[in-house]
Amino acid sequence: MNAVHDLGGMQGFGEVVREAGEPAFHADWEGRVLALQRAVLYTRAANLDGFRHAQESLSARTYLSISYYHRWLLALTKLTLDLGLVQGEELQTGHALAPAKPLGRRLTRAEVAAAYLRSPFGRNPQGSPRFKPGDAVRTKNLHPEGHTRLPRYARDKVGRIEALCGCHVFADSSAAGMGDDPQWVYTVVFDGRTLWGEPADASLTVSIEAFEPYLEAC
Amino acid sequence: MSDHEDGSHLTEMELRVRALETVLAEKGYIDPAVLDLIVEHFETKVGPHIGARVVAQAWVDTAFRQALLADATAAIAASGNFPPVGDHLIAVENTPDQHNMVVCTLCSCYPWDVLGLPPVWYKSAPYRSRVVMDPRGVLREFGVALPEGARLRVWDSTAETRYLVLPRRPAGTEGWTVDQLAALVTRDSMIGTGLALTPEGDPQ
Repeated sequence: MNAVHDLGGMQGFGEVVREAGEPAFHADWEGRVLALQRAVLYTRAANLDGFRHAQESLSARTYLSISYYHRWLLALTKLTLDLGLVQGEELQTGHALAPAKPLGRRLTRAEVAAAYLRSPFGRNPQGSPRFKPGDAVRTKNLHPEGHTRLPRYARDKVGRIEALCGCHVFADSSAAGMGDDPQWVYTVVFDGRTLWGEPADASLTVSIEAFEPYLEAC
Repeated sequence: MSDHEDGSHLTEMELRVRALETVLAEKGYIDPAVLDLIVEHFETKVGPHIGARVVAQAWVDTAFRQALLADATAAIAASGNFPPVGDHLIAVENTPDQHNMVVCTLCSCYPWDVLGLPPVWYKSAPYRSRVVMDPRGVLREFGVALPEGARLRVWDSTAETRYLVLPRRPAGTEGWTVDQLAALVTRDSMIGTGLALTPEGDPQ
């Protein structure tokens, strides 16, 4: 979706502000939100792509005005409400009122290490890759209402395949609850001037990781 | 705490997080004791010290460096010197001709397994919006001046690959041990917004 999370190339946000001696978490609740996210996704009731889409679905005003973990909390709350894992009244009272739904699995102490590392996203390919390193490609001019990982600044642009990165869960499908629909992923490199015009740094290249359905031959 | 059992001393954010956690726990979906372990892991176990040792090892061991550039996840697992890292880690090497920088313009993808939690600036709108368009301007704000003629390459983490920048080894560190070298590898040098420190421990 064309929302404000898709920040690449936007102007007017000012300087990058750094914090000296930044702690891992700025408040205890931030760590709880991170841990809750890991534990909820582990149940397989929801997935990471759906979690990202829930953040993107926040209003632009909300997305830009709250902190990172606050955004995570709102996304996690929306996901658990939408999935019927919790109800609004329960969150109001702070206690369970309705019976639990059966879920696939629950994160236990014995399996907690699984929540520390990234999950594998590689899947068995359905066919051969359509492109190879060196091929010129044009990204499609896509504007889906759902989740996508093709940033606006890199749509309808000519680039070059640099590498094939494997066959992965297709985020656009996964976020919509439509399954893994595995797709080839490529590193696609663009000249800075292709993206930003003549004033751009002639020595700049920018790459994205593009799922095959985002690309066409050119 | 005993005089505040109703939670009246908590901030609104604390109350909201506590409510969600309590409901999920009462329904049996999650175990709060397991959440404690996850928080402890990210607060105390993972961080840029892991990536710094990977980089230092690559500086002293050519075979490891080549394996790392070919498949970083596999090379780190095979070495046995580091905690395990998840899939699809890609190491990108700075050279005299090319400087690499990493961003996630769409959310905040970051190589947690080797660098820990991302700093707030990495997740912020100014960094995510600007670095793909004006990386030299961003570098100036970080106090980094690139050598004449160096090309810039920005890697936008738009899928489930993650990037670790392999900074250039500082001059004057010949014969140094992995431990000594790792102390010169800053977090920012592994994102590409910084360079490794000089042998004296100063910014280059």
